[in-house]
Amino acid sequence: MSRYARRRVANRIYLALSFAATAVGLIFLVLVLYALLRNGVPALSGTLFTAATPPPGSAGGLANAIYGSVVMTVVATLVGTPVGILTGTFLAEFGRGSPFAAVVRFVNDILLSAPSIIIGLFVYQIVVVPMGHFSAWAGSIALALIVIPVVVRTTENMLALVPNSLREAASALGTPQWRVIMQVIYRAAIQGMLTGVMLAVARIAGETAPLLFTALNNQFWTANMNAPMANLPVVIFQFALSPYNDWQVLAWGGAMLITVTILALNILARLLAGWSNQTP
Amino acid sequence: MTLDYSPAATPLPQGVKPVMPIDKPTPQPKPLPDLTPQIVPAAPAAAAAKLAVKCEIKELRFYYKQYEALKGIDLKLHDKRVTAFIGPSGCGKSTLLRVLNRIYELYPDQRATGEVLVDGRNILDPGQDLNLLRAKIGMVFQKPTPFPMSIYDNVAFGIRLYESLRSRELDERVEEALTRAALWNEVKDKLRQSGLSLSGGQQQRLCIARAIAVKPEILLLDEPASALDPISTQRIEELIAELKSDYCIVIVTHNMQQAARSSDYTAFMYLGALVEFDSTETIFTNPSQKQTEDYITGRFG
Repeated sequence: MSRYARRRVANRIYLALSFAATAVGLIFLVLVLYALLRNGVPALSGTLFTAATPPPGSAGGLANAIYGSVVMTVVATLVGTPVGILTGTFLAEFGRGSPFAAVVRFVNDILLSAPSIIIGLFVYQIVVVPMGHFSAWAGSIALALIVIPVVVRTTENMLALVPNSLREAASALGTPQWRVIMQVIYRAAIQGMLTGVMLAVARIAGETAPLLFTALNNQFWTANMNAPMANLPVVIFQFALSPYNDWQVLAWGGAMLITVTILALNILARLLAGWSNQTP
Repeated sequence: MTLDYSPAATPLPQGVKPVMPIDKPTPQPKPLPDLTPQIVPAAPAAAAAKLAVKCEIKELRFYYKQYEALKGIDLKLHDKRVTAFIGPSGCGKSTLLRVLNRIYELYPDQRATGEVLVDGRNILDPGQDLNLLRAKIGMVFQKPTPFPMSIYDNVAFGIRLYESLRSRELDERVEEALTRAALWNEVKDKLRQSGLSLSGGQQQRLCIARAIAVKPEILLLDEPASALDPISTQRIEELIAELKSDYCIVIVTHNMQQAARSSDYTAFMYLGALVEFDSTETIFTNPSQKQTEDYITGRFG
């Protein structure tokens, strides 16, 4: 067999293996989505968005859990994003090559891959125990701690992609460094940074473990951040494990809601990233 | 090869050789190390008197970490004249240019020693305010670097840093800078469009407009036309000829014809040292160093 013929065969084999691997991943993804839609769509009732979680055997919805998830995600994002962006800016713009920045980067990478239940236990110890009770604040703090490393990472990476020639050009006009960063570098990197924030939101929207020890859950409607608050992941966890059929249906509904939301956020992040890569 | 020389500084009487320019006539400048060009006797005072020295570089050394990239440069740059730095890649010509506005300080392991006197003040002095210095010494880079904002905001960026003008005055300044950079007619109807939407040659002229909008005293051009097509290059060269009546211009170039066409003085550098510095005409027709001659005739390395 000639060298060329052998190469063609090898090419076919690797191509087939690649397709097979992709197919395995896609098949499971489709199965998950199918199961979610099949079981979740029946849960879509008029009361899903208006009524609070019911006792077993009576009608209800997920309004309190949806509200809690949205509020805690928003608070966590509002707290985590500025901290993450400023830290990422420090790493990319001020701390290049400094040993301190290297340590911060290393610790951030550990935080990025830390199991989220550890974050939950940590916040339990420093917030829940001193307060004496579970609260939505504690839940938000735990989620913010997950947002920070994600945003730090993406911000640093996006700023590092901005060519040095742009920094030189801005500095050569006599621009102070803070204005170089705020008015030129951020502008060049903004879409990538927004994408990072989107991904962080998508990540925390589905987190269960950190909330189990912090926000816990609440069967009733509450907007009090100092009290335990219902949220979709923990409600899904409890309702799915329960023996009551109507609770299980609601758990499916919540799972579908979260998945659709995360899917939408990821698509949005993709669109933002694609938009930024386009040369106008 | 026909060389289209830009007008000489002052017409010299026939028979008088162009000489190494100096600010005041000295009978015999002190000899430099072995690289010293042959020094012909100083010109009559009339020729040199009008040439103000804008920038004087003395015993300049430059280091990337431990590596010595400039090995003691002595050079004078004249106001309202174009000086070209030529030499093979890695000879230190861009490095020398980057010392003049201290842009190298963005990188912590680069440093310079010696003196660079601009209007008599040493800009390498640690007390020198870098932002004020850079506002006074404009720079245009090899690759066009428009900021990710509108054409108008690109040009207005530097002006807004140091002046608070009314919007009409700002409009005028932007128009003036774009006109001088020979770009106004092409962009006047799309000032709100992104600077990135322009072609490469237009982007480079936008960068020149941005640099001259802040009215610098010295303009540093680091291979400004090397990424451009011949027509854009010609535009840039015309622009240099146009601008030199107001600025002290320094241009780094790989293109020998460009140096011959657009500069009044030429410095030939090799391996971090200044080999020869003289009027462009002398460098290209009658260089005193063998190395210079080999380089400009293309026999070099």
